Amino acid sequence: MRMKTSDEALALAAANGDSEAFGLLIRRHYDRIYRMGWRLCGTQADAEDLAHDVMAALPAKLRNFRGDAKFTTWLYRVVMNAGTDRARKNQRRLKAREGWGEDYKMRAAADAEAAESYDWLHRAMSSLPEELRETVALTLGEDMTQKEAAEVMGLSEGTIAWRMSEVKKHLRALAEKEAM
Amino acid sequence: MQEFDDDIAKLKAALKGAPTADGPAKQAAFIVAEENFKALQERGELTRPKETPASRPTFLKGLKSMFAPISMKPLLLTTSSLVVIGVGVVLVQPNLQPDLGKASEQLVETVATDGIGETSDVPTSRLLDEELIVVIPSDDPVSADDIKEDGADQDIIDGQLIIVEAITEEPLQFSAPQSTAHRNAMKQARAGSVSGLAAGSPEIAILPAPTPADVIQQPGASSDRFTNEAPNPLKIAAEEPVSTFSTDVDTASYTWVRRSLQNGQLPDPAAVRIEEMVNYFPYAYAAPEGNAPFATTVSVSETPWNSDTQLVHIGIQGEMPAVEDRPPLNLVFLIDTSGSMNSPDKLPLLIQSFRLMLSELRPEDQVAIVAYAGSSGLVLEPTSASETAKINAALTNLSAGGSTAGAAGLQQAYQVAEQMSEEGEIGRVILATDGDFNVGQSSDEQLKTLIEAKRDSGTYLSVLGFGRGNLNDSLMQTLAQNGNGQAAYIDTLSEARKVLVDQLTGVLFPIAGDVKVQVEFNPAQIAEYRLIGYETRALKREDFNNDKVDAGDIGAGHTVTALYEVTPVGSPAVLNDPLRYGAAAASSDSDELGFLRLRYKEPGADQSQLIETVISPAALSTSTEAKFASAIAGFAQLLRGSNYLGDWNYSDAIALASDAKGDDRFGYRAEAITLMRLAESLAKSR
Repeated sequence: MRMKTSDEALALAAANGDSEAFGLLIRRHYDRIYRMGWRLCGTQADAEDLAHDVMAALPAKLRNFRGDAKFTTWLYRVVMNAGTDRARKNQRRLKAREGWGEDYKMRAAADAEAAESYDWLHRAMSSLPEELRETVALTLGEDMTQKEAAEVMGLSEGTIAWRMSEVKKHLRALAEKEAM
Repeated sequence: MQEFDDDIAKLKAALKGAPTADGPAKQAAFIVAEENFKALQERGELTRPKETPASRPTFLKGLKSMFAPISMKPLLLTTSSLVVIGVGVVLVQPNLQPDLGKASEQLVETVATDGIGETSDVPTSRLLDEELIVVIPSDDPVSADDIKEDGADQDIIDGQLIIVEAITEEPLQFSAPQSTAHRNAMKQARAGSVSGLAAGSPEIAILPAPTPADVIQQPGASSDRFTNEAPNPLKIAAEEPVSTFSTDVDTASYTWVRRSLQNGQLPDPAAVRIEEMVNYFPYAYAAPEGNAPFATTVSVSETPWNSDTQLVHIGIQGEMPAVEDRPPLNLVFLIDTSGSMNSPDKLPLLIQSFRLMLSELRPEDQVAIVAYAGSSGLVLEPTSASETAKINAALTNLSAGGSTAGAAGLQQAYQVAEQMSEEGEIGRVILATDGDFNVGQSSDEQLKTLIEAKRDSGTYLSVLGFGRGNLNDSLMQTLAQNGNGQAAYIDTLSEARKVLVDQLTGVLFPIAGDVKVQVEFNPAQIAEYRLIGYETRALKREDFNNDKVDAGDIGAGHTVTALYEVTPVGSPAVLNDPLRYGAAAASSDSDELGFLRLRYKEPGADQSQLIETVISPAALSTSTEAKFASAIAGFAQLLRGSNYLGDWNYSDAIALASDAKGDDRFGYRAEAITLMRLAESLAKSR
């Protein structure tokens, strides 16, 4: 019957040591974490590693979940922080690392259209600074309203709106460059 | 404007094309999440991990000195020039304001704790109730633009602390890394499995030994060095009826093998010493009667891997004197604090292990600590074991750094031990190291000479090995074998508990010295025989009666087990054909299988005593103890790649061991079965 239990109830139960609730919770949300990871990092390998990091840290993290926010909001925040963390670590290792990794597996997609679409996505995401990538990952990738994204990122709605207009500017610049 | 919206729509559509999660990675993530969940529940609140990555302690230390002398008000002012970064994102929460006071308090609390010197220089995990607060002086300043960009939130950021959710804490464990990016993290994670034990926590948490598949280790170069000999060959009883060896109560090899398997790697065959694996387990042999320090049990059973041969099983049980009657101990901890010990599974684990042991000592026992690294030094003068605060403080102040002057440290430790010993007291140096004696008098041979000389003057030496990657097993063996002591390898706090607490009396209190075993087989009954293990303990036949030749010691309550695989005359399993021109077949009317002689010395005595037992052809035994010992011996031979086992494999070992689990009060045998399963899967996946 717990299949219908809310995320928040499961998370609180898990934080109190209910392993069944924890098991349900991670199975319910792994794909979400993975996809968000991919949108943040750009490659499947990075997304897997990131999801792995998050999953490994989740038991300890959950103890800080107070139930005052939606579980998914809280989770997105956790994933986003983990993503930034990974990016920082990578930057320390490789000086000139591209912000958004290139997924060779996806570029080599059999479907030419999909490959083309991925190529463009890679260029577009790479052209964005980190905070804008995070913003689009939440709003466009995860279908969040600006209000929800603002809550996850701990910013005001106005900031998100402003960032989205920045995204547009970047994309326009990219289009102009490519048109030349 | 239309085209921008198109771009956004296009971006949205492209982002929607996220790949679906891959099965194996997903499963691996579930496994690690659930393992960590379980581990966290078992450890309880106390050890909630807040692992500090390697780069942080310096920052924190810097801060400590920065903040320690100043009061709250300037502290808040100071923070305006700081940017707080977890290794994670700078996360500014709108609801931060009300929490600020609390956050500041926490920071102060941290500083205050640091100020009274409770922390040590070893990497410790911080156990705060709330989030870890990391304040790092900004060397990569977040520019004003970045802050302005956040518009409305500026007033919150400005001049205030930013609290970072510590997502960057190292996860408890990793498994199945999908990319090389994980390797470094894995190292830390492995280390993390013991980090909760670091100095500073008032209670001691026993960690469960890491469970299988915690970490899949990437094969790589390792500078671990092992000592081992080629497996004992099959001997023909008519040509060489006598087999002689020294007892061995070391267990280091088993612990090492366990750690390897749990890390997802089959152990280096050279690391597998069969007798140490067999002797890791306590066996319920008959206790000695009367004055003898030990009793021997000999039984013969069918060989699990060959129905045409038999196993002769020799069990030696040391007497267990009343613990209350033991003489006072004089212990000198010789602690390696070289740079290579600076890893959570080394120095911090070592310190915690010694703390465990301290609780078992009595007020009349004396403890001293000598540290060695670069230069050696007396860290704690001889102190009564009841002064725990003083001893603890000395342990806490140990920190790793410098290279190792092992020999100088050893000499100093012996000196201290000699000062402490009074007539009738046992002196012992307990050397804790990752085995890296690389400065000074460093050849194994020279150290051996030193240790032998000191052994004869009445100070024994035990060696505890820590860590992985640098362990010099061969040196550990040399030191302990020549110092009348035991070598044990400690990988987890539960292992420390087994060696230093449960078996404290045995480790520290020898009941018989130079115990040698000699078996003479009756060629009329036994065609061929093979001693399983004890390769590094072989003795010459004539050395058995030579009291000048050193051999292993047996501590209080120790059990020693040895196994011979014997092939009866006329069995189809005989491998050697009779010689055409050889001596006539041995003729003896005796139906005895062989004759067992044991020599030992009372502690401190020069003259050895002899115990003799006939190995009689009694009905084949089915004792659980012998069965379990043979399962472990078989398992060890599989790991070594023996060619005497035929088709016998890991699943046979598992079946045999499961059948012979007995009481298994501490779960050691169950753990061995788990390891067999692990080895089975690893061998298959090769």
